[in-house]
Amino acid sequence: MSMKNVYFISRCFAPHSARGNSTVSSLVLCAAILIALLIPFVVSSPSHLNLAVLVLMAAQLGVAWNILGGYAGQVSLGHAAFYGLGAYASTLLVLKFGLNPWICMLAGGLVAAVVSLGFGWSCLRLKGHYFAMATIAVAEILQIVFTNWDYAGAAVGLTLPMDKTGWAYLVFSDKTPYYWLALGLLAVTLLANVAIERSYLGYYLRAIKDEPDAARSIGVDISKYKQIALSISAFFTALGGSLYAQKELYIDPASVLSTSMSIKMALVSILGGVGTLFGPVVGAVVLTSIEEVTRASFGGSGRGTDLIIYAGLIVVIAVFYPSGLLGWWRARVERSRANLALGSKPAETHQKGAR
Amino acid sequence: MTLEILLQTLASGVLIGLIYSLVAIGLTMIFGVMDIVNFAHGEFLMLGMYASFWMFSLYGLDPLLTMPLTMLLLFAFGVLLYSVVIRRIIDAPMLSQIFATFGLMLLLRGVAQFLWKPDFRSVENSWVSGSFKFAGLQLGTPQLVAGIGAVVITAAVYLFLHHTKVGAALEATAADKEAARLMGIDSNRMFALAWGLGAACAGAAGVLLSTFFPIFPEVGATFILLAFVVVNLGGFGSVTGAFWGGIIVGVTEVMGGLLIGPQYKMAIVLTLFLAVLMFRPQGLMGKA
Repeated sequence: MSMKNVYFISRCFAPHSARGNSTVSSLVLCAAILIALLIPFVVSSPSHLNLAVLVLMAAQLGVAWNILGGYAGQVSLGHAAFYGLGAYASTLLVLKFGLNPWICMLAGGLVAAVVSLGFGWSCLRLKGHYFAMATIAVAEILQIVFTNWDYAGAAVGLTLPMDKTGWAYLVFSDKTPYYWLALGLLAVTLLANVAIERSYLGYYLRAIKDEPDAARSIGVDISKYKQIALSISAFFTALGGSLYAQKELYIDPASVLSTSMSIKMALVSILGGVGTLFGPVVGAVVLTSIEEVTRASFGGSGRGTDLIIYAGLIVVIAVFYPSGLLGWWRARVERSRANLALGSKPAETHQKGAR
Repeated sequence: MTLEILLQTLASGVLIGLIYSLVAIGLTMIFGVMDIVNFAHGEFLMLGMYASFWMFSLYGLDPLLTMPLTMLLLFAFGVLLYSVVIRRIIDAPMLSQIFATFGLMLLLRGVAQFLWKPDFRSVENSWVSGSFKFAGLQLGTPQLVAGIGAVVITAAVYLFLHHTKVGAALEATAADKEAARLMGIDSNRMFALAWGLGAACAGAAGVLLSTFFPIFPEVGATFILLAFVVVNLGGFGSVTGAFWGGIIVGVTEVMGGLLIGPQYKMAIVLTLFLAVLMFRPQGLMGKA
């Protein structure tokens, strides 16, 4: 892939608002895409490559969560419901009906999208904290149901066979294909976000988030667009769940349906920057690295040292970077730009500041 | 099924429900005063349990005896947590507030695991143990004492909020922060007070539970979700709502366990919770 192509791709991903003066961000993007494409060729250690896969998977979930939580401003703490549904639906279809895993993955996404209609019907009319708590409840109920459902393996979980490997079965003995799968899924999810951002749906969602009353008064059907955002978000979250099932070849309610999973999806976005295209990606890189590195270095003691470091960093970040790392970075850049402009042309700074 | 079993279950539901109320009162107070959902609230309860456990096993002091001290310690801890962490995120978006208190939850669990190991511990042979018969019902003494203790503390909090000047100031801050400030109420101190009181109530619940419930670093997780449900049912910010909400949740839990199956009791509580939100999105006693 030539440099020009990479640059073109990164331009496609550049957010609307940043396109005016986005040379720097385009370059950063170019570099990020290049690094992402080179990692499997450079990294030889399977555990490091596995970390990269985990980062990509967390990023994809954050990006999917962001569609509802970031753009539409509906803070869901129950997205593990969709993640688990995707994982369980595809795994059950593979195990019980012997269908092709690619089709099963898609079916898992559709199942989650359909279930999201009920989820939305029961939760979306609630506001703020009530919505967040209701989503936790829905996911917890689902976890209890799957824990007691014998057909779906109950508490023991489900194991996928690994006798047939290859792209047709989505089962591989080494990590590299999973890396490409995770990267591909992340790219597709990001593209979906870009499409939403640039469509009317994106404008409606931002209007619903920032000025719900004004949006309603000009005739935006709030519940309809919230539901659309939820269903798209659920679909992509479920794809992430199916990918997890194919990678680990084992799922149980605790690993794919737990509230801590839901919260991690939100954390990734919050850490990077809510409502920004690449915020969740940045958040996933930081959060997953911290989590895995502290677990590898301190987890063996069994005394919670890894948890203390991980949680301490979460608190520090939440207190000192409340708008996420990307938001903090942007504010910093804006400020230095304003300072520069202040030195030469004060009038222009005012215009920029007003934007 | 006999009437006796039904009554027996009902009684134990009410007793455990009173503990849920006590945990939820602090949560709802913090929310009412400053619009922050405290994910680390279950950890206050955990710390209360450990305080009571250590004072019992090191110095042989009974949990009931050390309860005032534990509540005082937890009050100080709540105020400390407020001034070190929470004060800085009052104006932050709701998401980063969730993030911060969620981080605190994990942090406190991690610290407890580090200091006291992940083992299950229990307070054996305290003043309250065994069971007795009352009007044909077999009741556990620890459970009954815990229920009574929870009622007493809840009543004290209620009286404090409604019949003291400081309580009125706290209520005023909850009702309208700006107006309260104009009346000369230091909202910062009120927030600190809400955190202190909330932590002290959860700590008291921990002490009461410690005589019959296993003590371990993740014990807060068992109660936090129920406390959220109670707070939602009662309406965010309503102390009376939290009281009744706790009893409803306790009774629903044990009744659901009896009639449908113990493995589904949490699912039943959560379904009830969602059903109530359908009809009253602001909870039973919350303001719309």
